[in-house]
Amino acid sequence: MYRKYLESIILVFVMLGVFLLMWIMNGGEFFRSANFQSMAFQLPELGILSLAMMVTILTAGINLSIIASANISGIVAAIILTQLIKPETTGLSEALIILLAILAGLSVAAVIGLLNGLLIAVVGVSPILATLGTMILMNGFAIVLTKGYVISGFPEAVLFIGNGIIFGIPMPIIIFAICAAVMALVLNSTPTGINIYMIGSNPIATLFSGVNNRTVLIRTYLLSGLYAGVAAIIMISRFNSAKADYGESYLLMTVLASVLGGVSAAGGFGKVSGLVIALIILQIVSSGLNLMRVNNFLTIAIWGMILILVMVVKYLAEQVQRRRAI
Amino acid sequence: MTDVFLSMKNISKRYVGVQALDGVDFEIRKGEIHCLVGENGSGKSTLIKIISGAVAPDDSSEIMIDGQPFQNYQAIDSIHKGIEVIYQDLSLFPNLPVAENIALSQLISEGDRLINWKDTQSIAEKAMARIGVKIPLDALVEEIAIADQQLVAICRALTSDVKLLIMDEPTSSLTKKEVDALFEVVKDMQSHGIATLFVSHKLNEVLQIAERVTVLRDGKIVGTFPSNELDDEKMTMLMTGKKVEYTKYLAEIQGERPLLEVKNLSKRGNFKDISFRIYPGEILGITGLLGSGRTELALALFGVNPADSGEILFDGGQVKIRFIQDATRLGISYVPENRLVQGLIMPQPVHKNLILTILSKLLNRLGLIDSHKMQDSVQKWVNELAIKVPSLDSPVQTLSGGNQQRVVLAKWIATAPKILILDGPTIGIDVAAKSAIHEIIRNLAKEGIAILLISDEVPEVFQNCNRILVMHKGRFIAEYDAAQTSIEEIQNLINLSS
Amino acid sequence: MKKFFSRHEAYVLMVIVILSIIITLINPSFFTLENLFDLFKSYSYLGIFAIGVLFVLISGGIDISFSAIATVAMYAMAVYLIRFGGNIFLTFLIPAVIGIGLGMINASIIYFFNIPSIITTIATLNIYYGILVVLSGGKWLYGLPDWFRQFAELRAFTLTNAEGGQYGLSIITVMWFVILLIAWLILHYTLLGRGIYAMGGSPPSAKRAGFNILFQQMFVYAFMGLMAGIAGMVHAMLVQTVAPNAIVGKELDVIAAVVLGGASLTGGTGTIFGTILGIALIAILSNGMTLMRIPSFWYNVIIGLVVIISVSFSVYRRRQREKQTILVEVE
Repeated sequence: MYRKYLESIILVFVMLGVFLLMWIMNGGEFFRSANFQSMAFQLPELGILSLAMMVTILTAGINLSIIASANISGIVAAIILTQLIKPETTGLSEALIILLAILAGLSVAAVIGLLNGLLIAVVGVSPILATLGTMILMNGFAIVLTKGYVISGFPEAVLFIGNGIIFGIPMPIIIFAICAAVMALVLNSTPTGINIYMIGSNPIATLFSGVNNRTVLIRTYLLSGLYAGVAAIIMISRFNSAKADYGESYLLMTVLASVLGGVSAAGGFGKVSGLVIALIILQIVSSGLNLMRVNNFLTIAIWGMILILVMVVKYLAEQVQRRRAI
Repeated sequence: MTDVFLSMKNISKRYVGVQALDGVDFEIRKGEIHCLVGENGSGKSTLIKIISGAVAPDDSSEIMIDGQPFQNYQAIDSIHKGIEVIYQDLSLFPNLPVAENIALSQLISEGDRLINWKDTQSIAEKAMARIGVKIPLDALVEEIAIADQQLVAICRALTSDVKLLIMDEPTSSLTKKEVDALFEVVKDMQSHGIATLFVSHKLNEVLQIAERVTVLRDGKIVGTFPSNELDDEKMTMLMTGKKVEYTKYLAEIQGERPLLEVKNLSKRGNFKDISFRIYPGEILGITGLLGSGRTELALALFGVNPADSGEILFDGGQVKIRFIQDATRLGISYVPENRLVQGLIMPQPVHKNLILTILSKLLNRLGLIDSHKMQDSVQKWVNELAIKVPSLDSPVQTLSGGNQQRVVLAKWIATAPKILILDGPTIGIDVAAKSAIHEIIRNLAKEGIAILLISDEVPEVFQNCNRILVMHKGRFIAEYDAAQTSIEEIQNLINLSS
Repeated sequence: MKKFFSRHEAYVLMVIVILSIIITLINPSFFTLENLFDLFKSYSYLGIFAIGVLFVLISGGIDISFSAIATVAMYAMAVYLIRFGGNIFLTFLIPAVIGIGLGMINASIIYFFNIPSIITTIATLNIYYGILVVLSGGKWLYGLPDWFRQFAELRAFTLTNAEGGQYGLSIITVMWFVILLIAWLILHYTLLGRGIYAMGGSPPSAKRAGFNILFQQMFVYAFMGLMAGIAGMVHAMLVQTVAPNAIVGKELDVIAAVVLGGASLTGGTGTIFGTILGIALIAILSNGMTLMRIPSFWYNVIIGLVVIISVSFSVYRRRQREKQTILVEVE
């Protein structure tokens, strides 16, 4: 009966365990509020990107283009910000331009999502290939727009998005919380959400049940793209810059977070709550490793090992369950 | 030297909580054509797995092949002794040419690391010559028809010195012509001394081809009978242990105007000049062989397979059905023949499957799904259709066939359809559950729903329908009034026309 | 003949021909032996990667860790050669052994723990690369032995151009051709090769037919690793230095090329000829852009568009073919 919650319970235990481990390995340093704060600032980018990845995996697809989408969205917004805002631009115009930049960035991300959705749902290209193609294409546009340079120098208001604090809570966390809540709402309480899960398990049966697969899939990739765009805004704000090939290792981590959070690689199953706990676990590990001054590249290697470890554990758990059933 | 090829005595197999086979004695004579029948769960597939050596029987069983006893019978023994199994999926390689599909098993067993196309070709040609079959050797298996794929599987079995060929439900996707051709091949193999064991649920075909029939029920052998001593009714009784009383039912037509009228509906390569009417409260049957276009017609009415030309009038007004949404908007629902793939989402819970069709009706004022409405809806249909399930969260694949079909029915009934198209609604469902489903269908008709019952089982349409349309090669060739015809009359027409 | 034209490769060939004509019209130096030999030479290492990727795709899997395997292999080779000297034999042996080893690690994880190959190789890509960068300190390596450079400059035959400069068919290209031939022989004339196709077409049927699935899986990923090792070595020969980030990042171009050539991500299809065409296509696109003076930062945009259009087209063709199947013999 409680099997439904078993996965979540295991995750919470893992989270506590990992927290303990990092505390032991780092001592008092780990508990400083500065550490928690920096974790709270770093998690949302990865978190929102992971949500973008998760929703596509639920439909038995994948979105390899989320990082590239985020990058190009950030670049577009950055270009608008740096080209249109001059030192003499004041209050209202500046605010409007910032709004324009954000909307432009989000629109670009949405358009990429739409492109993915059309390729996958209407043309029928496999998600790996479609998003691989758009990824390469968007990387290309990013290079064309930036010529390899970094675009930087944004106004205060923009920097607040990624670095500000409201009532003691970092702004990015607030945005992430809203994004997670919206995703959870969509997945659990809207027809589109239920259809996403069902299509992930069996798109033929959903078709025969009157579900408009095309619309659902297009919405899925549109949502995925949009979320990548939101992550982009936070990212450029946090780093006060945008460039073409930022954040490539994030792709691995979004897959890791999804898998760790209970999303089935075959589609049809996975919850936002699981993903959130998984993200917290990953962030704890990341901060802990950072405090121990572990080389960045070694950290990436460790993510790879953790991903394999998680999959192995899942496999063994399944074997045990299967043996019990017989 | 007896004429018994395979002799199995006292075969038992127990899985946790289930006695799959219990003290079964079974034998196959050399060169005989033998059929194994039984309901789902009777132990047929377990027996086949034991014969092929894939599964080991529990202790104190005896297996003897060609006079040679085996102590620790393995799959490799069965192959060495000439036993080959063709499973329902045929186990072919769709991306490889016919010649390789036929020859690879032999090439693997010969152990050569290097191969060449010439050898492959000659092995394949030899096999095909044995049964007089000609299929292009370089065609990819995915490009040829299912009936030909079946023949490729048989040729593959013939590349070894096969003495017993076991086929699991070989005719489920074949048209009558193709079935006859297959049976010719089987008889031809018999003349070469090859025995064949069929597992089949198509009782009329069993009677057509088998010399002896073995009936399994609940893991026990009911008996082995010469086929000329059996008929449909007797076999059913042996398989189920019950004498099933079939009641004939005539639904009451509730209206003067037809709810749906179809005029000259045609689709190239699917059906031609289809015209009929159906009234509210009526149960209209469509029967005919596989390949007659029945399902294609149903899918045209449901919007999956839109027609090229012709008229569809719904409640007197002309409509176009080009997408599923057009059909569902009109109130047309379709319960598919392929329950496992088209009807249900197996790994997902029962409650999600049940509401899949009515999600938009469960919304609250904010446009979100109201969980109370959802639970009420689910509970209502579980009760009304008596769906037996340990928990509504259980994946639908854990349900029995009969209960699974109830879920599919419930899903569509929940949409308050005006027309319900049922395509083979009781396929693969045990006899007792069958009549329960028929009861549900009859009750639906009472509520004024027009029901289109498509089935290749003539008794099923005869006992439940007001009128019966016979379809053949894409056209309607006859219409019968159920009150004034008989099962034999309809069956004869179908047999004659093929 | 008709059968050839209905196949995917025919379309790719047509595109290559049309592209070549367009480029030559704009810049005639494209269609010269010197340019083509040069192109073959510089794309050999991607071509060798592609052979390994082809085998993995045919078997029904995918491997994106090969760029990291190549980097580890060529690093190990370079470190050894620079420190201990050596000979041409070792130059092949070290990357080969490392490539096969890392490939077998991939295979073991995929086979024994039933983890999807995309997830496994995303993970091992980062593991191999991460550990390499840490151990190597991210340093570029120079100072490869002289004979290493001399070997790379060997040619099968040498010609002289108008300005008196020398060019010819590089030994590196010859290596690629030899590997292509061996790969083709394996795929068409060995039971192992047919078994790889079978495994990709229907894994359960392959098991039932008696193919040794474990051996075949191991072979496919080990072979990919071997190709990666050799490609890494070739790359070192081409640029005469070894850098950690030289190859990682190119894996998607290679996969795109192999898919462009007709291999399917679902397994069971793909040919050597198609792979050659796929690599040729991206080589020509890149070279063409240079010769037509299109700025290089448009490269990804063009490749991306080519990939999207190409896969859309082949899906469209498949759907058309499916619609042709007649269901009912209507009278």
